[in-house]
Amino acid sequence: MEVAGEVLASESQLHVLAVDDSHVDRKVIEKLLKISSCKVTTVESGARALQFLGLDEEKGSLGFNGLKVNLIMTDYSMPGMTGYELLKKIKRSSAFREIPVVIMSSENILTRIDSCLEEGAEEFLVKPVKLSDVKRVMNDCIMRGETEGNKRRRVDKRKFEDDNHASSSSSSSIPSSPSSPLPSSPSTAATSSPLHSLKRAKLRDHN
Amino acid sequence: MLGLAADRLRADMNRLLSFLFHQGILDEQFLQLQQLQDETSPNFVSEVVNIYFHESEKLLRNLRTLLMDREFSDYNKMGIHLNQFMGSSSSIGAKRIRNVCLAFRAASDQNNRAGCLSALEVLEHEYCFLKNKLHELFQIQQQRVLAAGVRYPMQH
Repeated sequence: MEVAGEVLASESQLHVLAVDDSHVDRKVIEKLLKISSCKVTTVESGARALQFLGLDEEKGSLGFNGLKVNLIMTDYSMPGMTGYELLKKIKRSSAFREIPVVIMSSENILTRIDSCLEEGAEEFLVKPVKLSDVKRVMNDCIMRGETEGNKRRRVDKRKFEDDNHASSSSSSSIPSSPSSPLPSSPSTAATSSPLHSLKRAKLRDHN
Repeated sequence: MLGLAADRLRADMNRLLSFLFHQGILDEQFLQLQQLQDETSPNFVSEVVNIYFHESEKLLRNLRTLLMDREFSDYNKMGIHLNQFMGSSSSIGAKRIRNVCLAFRAASDQNNRAGCLSALEVLEHEYCFLKNKLHELFQIQQQRVLAAGVRYPMQH
């Protein structure tokens, strides 16, 4: 079982889209992410990021671009479309609003941080970004993946029960508590893939 | 003979790095870059730094062109170049350059053209100095690699 999990894990790494107008920063973030076992795509602008996602405003939504994106990390200050504007566009699109977005900025401005978090950013990293920052983001992303995975399984299970029992009682809302404590994460959470972690969670649920 | 050369090169490298850190020219972000270098990307640091040199020279040229224009008034545009330069400098750990950029930005915020010109000169000087020192560092590292290549396999 574990062996099968390991095999699958290596095929499903997190795919991160990194957006930054600075070539230096793109090179560094790419390395940080690769060392953290992620697949990386770097682009130099918000417009390019939207194009990659298939959300090009001029051409209309073209749908997914093959490789699914699990996380977007974007610089805040960019010419043209800022990271904040990109964040808004992503969170307001039905197709991509679920993708976690992390903002990176060299400026530690409270109002800026607040508005990004308000618009739905997962985290706000102050540059220069370090390996510990990336590992923490990966951890949070995987934990979030576990929560989402558990939520989805509860929804499916409940739907199945409703269909079969034809109960008159209305289905109560799915407990959605993003801040609820998760079962203790595996110690290798930083480097294991979401699929691997989901498998571990599943095994724990059945015990 | 070869062992002594390798030891001397390592000592040279450490002395240079110590100097750069001690003088506040580089900070721990540079160390972070070195830690990211591995067998899959053995030239990572020099690659990043070369991109930095390329970007920086463009930005410095833009800053000078803007400030030399007698009718210069677009502090906004200058601020953009400055922020880019400050950002990439901080990303490679070029602490002193970043600090000069901060002073430059302060002058720019006050629309103080003379102050900006002054800061730009310091910036150009510091950039030249850093570039020379980093080239020296990479040269030593290259020589170390070559020296290590001729070693007998059993020795450290």
